Amino acid sequence: MIETSQLTKRYGDLTAVDGISFKVETGQVLGFLGPNGAGKSTTMKMIAGFLAPSAGSATVCGYDVENQPIEAKRAVGYLPEGAPSYGEMMPLAFLEFIADVRGLTGEHRRRRLDDAIERLHLESVLAQPIDTLSKGFKRRLGLAQAILHNPPVLILDEPTDGLDPNQKHEVRTLINAMARNKIIVISTHILEEVHAVCNRAIIIADGKLLADATPAELEARSRYHMAVSLTAPNPGAAREALARIPDIATIEVDPQDHRLTAFPREGRQIFTAVSDALKAQGIAVSELQLEAGRLDEVFRAITQPHVQEVRA
Amino acid sequence: MSPIVTLFKRELRSYFATPVAYVFIVIFLLLSGAFTFYLGGFYERGQADLEPFFNFHPWLYLFLVPAVAMRLWAEERKSGTIELLLTLPITMWQAVLGKFLAAWAFIGIGLALTFPIWITVNYLGDPDNGVIFTSYLGSLLMAGAFLAIGSCISAATRNQVIAFILTVVVCFLFLLAGYPLVLNFFRALFSQGVVDSISGLSFLTHFDAISKGVIDLRDLIYFILAIGFWLYANAVVIDLKKAD
Repeated sequence: MIETSQLTKRYGDLTAVDGISFKVETGQVLGFLGPNGAGKSTTMKMIAGFLAPSAGSATVCGYDVENQPIEAKRAVGYLPEGAPSYGEMMPLAFLEFIADVRGLTGEHRRRRLDDAIERLHLESVLAQPIDTLSKGFKRRLGLAQAILHNPPVLILDEPTDGLDPNQKHEVRTLINAMARNKIIVISTHILEEVHAVCNRAIIIADGKLLADATPAELEARSRYHMAVSLTAPNPGAAREALARIPDIATIEVDPQDHRLTAFPREGRQIFTAVSDALKAQGIAVSELQLEAGRLDEVFRAITQPHVQEVRA
Repeated sequence: MSPIVTLFKRELRSYFATPVAYVFIVIFLLLSGAFTFYLGGFYERGQADLEPFFNFHPWLYLFLVPAVAMRLWAEERKSGTIELLLTLPITMWQAVLGKFLAAWAFIGIGLALTFPIWITVNYLGDPDNGVIFTSYLGSLLMAGAFLAIGSCISAATRNQVIAFILTVVVCFLFLLAGYPLVLNFFRALFSQGVVDSISGLSFLTHFDAISKGVIDLRDLIYFILAIGFWLYANAVVIDLKKAD
């Protein structure tokens, strides 16, 4: 379990993290979302034991990161931002070094090394200086280092940054495979990643915790939640047909592809009504979709309050 | 295996993974040889001792040790590996000591490779090998003190050039702390008591005493305390500066 209580980090006058409290249980994959400079990395650095909090506390598996740093660090696998590693070393020597510092020995050490190397597909580069590796391999080596001691808690700062779509997919599969009996905290600004791996999301901006919910709950806050979008060869006729449905509040047309989006009145379901109306009037549609909500829109609305004001 | 040993091995190996180690050792051996024979007049003196060899060590170290020390922490900070290192289950002391001892051992290897001159002087004459041994010990301790200064300063910056220059300056002050060049400056600012204490900090005075073959416990303790003090400062500086 990870628990933070009023966790705060100040740099002089600047408050990078401002009284953040949350609790994560085993089995949860928590996504940290937020604009750049929001305090995501600083929060992770404090939980991982790199930075000391200015106020508040954080515990990992019951160990306070300040008072029992060694025990807390043993329980954590940490991938720092940018996946740093010693450039002059070979990946195998690097992983062996981490294994030794982590106190792995004998058969167990060898098995953990094999497992990490296999999971991250590092076999082909084991004897090549890390400096000469591609960004993707460096990132995977950083991940291998983090999971090496099979820790109950994984803290991964932008684990898929710099990976190509295939590698991203692999890393997400890896995270999902490990999720059941671990706590995984990842930071990202790729919103699709939240859907792909997280079962909980925390949005941070200006060092403050602004939202803590499941991805589905966040989407429900979107004004697109339960809206219906459709593409019709004759958008004008479709729009007229929709305008007669009483439960629809507004209809918007995308100026670029003329896709229609109908927004329901508060709490109403309009999908059936829309599809019936279109059928009744014989209006052809090439695509009809019930929107779950758009995370990017929720993200913007939460992290940029002034944008919302302008829209209102 | 203690984390210090693990870290020590990784660090020491990393010197030899790059040309740094070979450049350092070759330059150290060439310069110490050149100084001994040309400036020190090893043959012309007609004495079977290594005084002309050890006399130049402080000056060699003044430039070569900061070159080894400058990367110790500055590079970790620049590449971000400091974050990796300090989130491993090791204490700050283990990290500081592991890195310091590896660098010290590396300089020790360079120093040990000067052994042919010891053989030479024994071949040519009948030197006091006890004095030579204590001189080597004093030289190694002085190198350690330089290195501890450099390690601390290296932790204060992520720029290796700045670390190098500042370390040379601070080492120079400590080296000459007992000499008028430094003392006259402080005399203008402080009372005689303070100036006397500063003069007592001179590396050169303590090194000279050891290299004359006189093992005075105070000289040994002086260097060990100096190393301890600077490494303590090193840990404090890392704690203060690791956030930026």
